[in-house]
Amino acid sequence: MTALPLATSFLRQESFLDVLYIVAFALFIQGLRGLAGPTTAVRGNRIAAVGMAIAVIATLLHHGEHKWGLILLGIALGVAVGVPAARQVKMTAMPQMVALFNGVGGGAVALISWVEFRRLGSSYGSVTVHSGTVIAFHSAPATYVAIFSVFAAIVGSVSFWGSNIAFGKLQEIIPGRPISFGSAQQVVNLVLLVLALAAGVDLVAGAHSQLLFIGMLVCAALLGNAVVLPIGGADMPVVISMLNAFTGLSAAATGIALNNTAMIVAGMIVGASGSILTNLMAVAMNRSIPAIIAGGFGGGGAVEGASGAGEHAGTVRSTTAADAAIQLAYANRVMIVPGYGMAVAQAQHAVRELTKALEARGVEVAYAIHPVAGRMPGHMNVLLAEADVPYDQLEEMDEANQEFGRTDVSLVIGANDVTNPAAKNTPSSPIYGMPILEVSESHSVIVIKRSMNPGFAGIENELYYEPETTMLFGDAKSAVSEITAELAQL
Amino acid sequence: MILASTLTTNLAILVLAGFIGFAVISKIPNTLHTPLMSGTNAIHGIVLLGGLLLLALPEVAPLFQLDALSEALLVVAIAFDTINVVGGFLVTDRMLEMFKSKPKPSGDDGAKKVDAKDDGAGGGS
Repeated sequence: MTALPLATSFLRQESFLDVLYIVAFALFIQGLRGLAGPTTAVRGNRIAAVGMAIAVIATLLHHGEHKWGLILLGIALGVAVGVPAARQVKMTAMPQMVALFNGVGGGAVALISWVEFRRLGSSYGSVTVHSGTVIAFHSAPATYVAIFSVFAAIVGSVSFWGSNIAFGKLQEIIPGRPISFGSAQQVVNLVLLVLALAAGVDLVAGAHSQLLFIGMLVCAALLGNAVVLPIGGADMPVVISMLNAFTGLSAAATGIALNNTAMIVAGMIVGASGSILTNLMAVAMNRSIPAIIAGGFGGGGAVEGASGAGEHAGTVRSTTAADAAIQLAYANRVMIVPGYGMAVAQAQHAVRELTKALEARGVEVAYAIHPVAGRMPGHMNVLLAEADVPYDQLEEMDEANQEFGRTDVSLVIGANDVTNPAAKNTPSSPIYGMPILEVSESHSVIVIKRSMNPGFAGIENELYYEPETTMLFGDAKSAVSEITAELAQL
Repeated sequence: MILASTLTTNLAILVLAGFIGFAVISKIPNTLHTPLMSGTNAIHGIVLLGGLLLLALPEVAPLFQLDALSEALLVVAIAFDTINVVGGFLVTDRMLEMFKSKPKPSGDDGAKKVDAKDDGAGGGS
């Protein structure tokens, strides 16, 4: 440990460590700025990784006297789990991967807060830690340290358990359908929240009971379960984003408790990122964030809609792969509208082949991506990128909506609610107000769908009854492959 | 008094970081939101520092010896955070490589360009 006294002596200076932390968080911000475009994003991510390496190495060198065995054990365990997971995860499984990673982050925050409490024990309110190195005794009680630790413990625990449930649902270990206490759900959530907060307040006020702290963690854990269990699989984008924000905020709170600027900045930025994404997803799914937090969303409104729009007067025209191929071949511009159904059918590579065949014929092809097309923000784009779809063909909703007017054929694959004109035209519809891809603006629409069953929200899609729409019934992957085969024969 | 200033400084940092976060993240297109999430996951792995610091403290201030349970909890916390940091950055890198390696302006001949792209990606990393 003392082999490098010269090299480490200046590292031990408090201000030098602080400077390195500032460098680290500057690199995080610079790295995230790189994510604004696909060409700079890889570098951005690596810049952020360098920032992290600097923060970790600086911390280790600064103290010199760590329990190295324990640290190495923890790091080895983490690398053994994290590296293979990150290398092998399929792109379709990315949401559960992110949920799991997010969960362990929240778990770590809760555990660290717990140790902090155990360590400081009876003097929880009267000790502060400066940059985590100098323990300073103050006559004035540092109540805020306790407040932020307790906050971090509660939010971290909620995030850990909530993320694990989200993981279980996405991985289909737990049924994706909502599991809830019915009408008692909100009461249960509220009671758990109040209990956790009460325990927290008691701890801040100076209660020194380990049991109380554990009780608080348990209440928060139950709350995490109770909030996420009632949420259906298709609502996951909102949940994952929200838990992401939670973990970030809990990390920032730990940063304040430990007086560590790098943690405050990094945690807060993640909190901001998660909040932005949550809001974006909530808007894209037509749900209000308070309603989400209150619990049990995703069920009620949709059922009413299903009964309301159950009977539809129009007729549906079905088409064949051969006709669809002709329609596409003679189009100038084709917009592909993929939904999660496409990913479930693993049809993205088949779709890419179709795109290539169309482009070879001089047809201009682009993809219209709704924000909630996948199971997490931006998920669909990753799936298409994996299938080698060029970045500049991926159009965001607003961009795509300006282009449907000059689109000859829109090919809807496994997407339903996000194309439903009822969101614009029918005030009584439960999805009214939800931003949609205005597919019906295009000259003609081909919808590839297994059957006429309504989507997850249980709402009839008026699009299917419009005169310019034809339906191609079948599995997304085989239907797309058939069209490609028919194209080759034209 | 020192205490109050530490807290207010940290709160100021917190608030400013929030604004910077909003400004920076708002510029990130929807298309890259999944990598953004996995990347920010890696970044909140910064709490790893907390675990490391707590394991260092006993030597600095012997008053606060960690008992076996605390040590075990910290090992788990460090393992969790390492998963976060290492896994998060790796998986983000994997995803972003897929987005980056598409330099073609128009896809007139997909198959050949796919090969070219693979070479480019290999050379770049």
